[in-house]
Amino acid sequence: MKAKGFKNYQAVVIGTSAGGLKALKVILENLPDSFYLPIIIVQHLNPQSDGFLAQYLNQHSSLNVKEAESGEPIVQKHVYIAPANYHLLVEKNRSLSLTVSEKVNYARPSIDLLFESAAEVFLNALIGILLTGANDDGSRGIAKIKHFGGLTIAQNPESAEVNMMPVSAIKTGKVDIVLHLEEIPAMLASLCKS
Amino acid sequence: MNDQASHLLQLQDLEIDLFLEAIFRHYGYDFRNYNRAHVKRRIIHRQQTLGLSSVSELQHRVLHEKDFIEHILRDLSINVTEMYRDPAFYLAMRKEVFPLLRTWPYIKIWHAGCSTGEEVYSFAIMLKEEGLYDRCQIYATDFNPLVIETAKKGIYPISHIKDYTYNYQQAGGLQSFSDYYIAKYSSALLDQSLKQNIVFAEHNLVTDSIFAEVQLILCRNVLIYFNKELQNKVVQIFKDSLVKGGFLGLGSKENLMFTDVYEAFEVVDPKEKIYKKKHQL
Repeated sequence: MKAKGFKNYQAVVIGTSAGGLKALKVILENLPDSFYLPIIIVQHLNPQSDGFLAQYLNQHSSLNVKEAESGEPIVQKHVYIAPANYHLLVEKNRSLSLTVSEKVNYARPSIDLLFESAAEVFLNALIGILLTGANDDGSRGIAKIKHFGGLTIAQNPESAEVNMMPVSAIKTGKVDIVLHLEEIPAMLASLCKS
Repeated sequence: MNDQASHLLQLQDLEIDLFLEAIFRHYGYDFRNYNRAHVKRRIIHRQQTLGLSSVSELQHRVLHEKDFIEHILRDLSINVTEMYRDPAFYLAMRKEVFPLLRTWPYIKIWHAGCSTGEEVYSFAIMLKEEGLYDRCQIYATDFNPLVIETAKKGIYPISHIKDYTYNYQQAGGLQSFSDYYIAKYSSALLDQSLKQNIVFAEHNLVTDSIFAEVQLILCRNVLIYFNKELQNKVVQIFKDSLVKGGFLGLGSKENLMFTDVYEAFEVVDPKEKIYKKKHQL
């Protein structure tokens, strides 16, 4: 089951909801300075929240963490956070786009939408990670990443503040690796070697 | 890698190109320069909902079945809107733009991409409260004739009124929001006098050109769906439509900064994305 040996991974997508703030902080602050893959994140947010998440995480990371803007090209050493109340999608020319279309699984931004669009662009060069969360958003996205040969990771439900999101992903049978939160940065670092 | 999967993906992308080309050539609606990820998702969703095996089959139906295009227009136009969406934007308009707007004897406003009209009426209410409405002409346009019909009615589900009332207050509303509608069964009928100076009309930003010289353009959450080339084309139309010193209000995640016309504008409110066309170009 475990993916081995490959590859030139080109991007990481992460989805999380309840408990995500702490989990994202743990991951971002423990990545080595040499980590260069772009990371694109959907964290479910209150529709009114205002760029706080990106600012907060930026203070805890050597990477450049910012709120995603429409039309922005995806570049290395950057972390992009979906703004509250917008879906975040990956375009074929490897740029980001935003939409305010209907909520998906009661969520906007939707993890599934980000994961599915990223899977179609990065194909087998994508790493998808689902963390703590209180719903099953992201499970379809994980399956799609797997479908195109990408690597799929779920947080070990035992270490998740709320386990429903990773449990639901694991149930799909499309998760390659299950890791405790603290193990994820080291795994990512090992996958990001040229 | 899964070769079969990526082969099918390439075919699907080709079919979507052809589908959009067919819609443009046959119906004149041009989605070819929309950001593709979103458009693709909507098309595939429609295909799957109908149980069709490919986008080509969907293309067959859109070309041969009467009125089928209406489904596609509904899929591809975003009509998520609400009254006083982003109240802070309206508050900024009231405080920063209206004092200058009132210096013109006659004020023309273009609300481009007005969808089902909620934001047009929101603005009209604000103009009334500021004593400006009577010397305004508002053009509210959208490319989709179906949403224009809804907008003209000014009738919205009563279930939304609670949120709208809250937004209205946040936006600096001066009265009680209930002054502006009559509740009937499950609907709220907006004060019909708000329509007096509004013209609702079909206009397609992608394929049509300038139709009036105006003092203010509102175009919110439309540009985010366009690729860079199309964005540039549309903001050029806006620039050419505005009088010198005229204002442009965009959606909160939209920006003139990376467009060709950036130099022609000054920033009035960077957070609410309000711009002013320079007097000296």
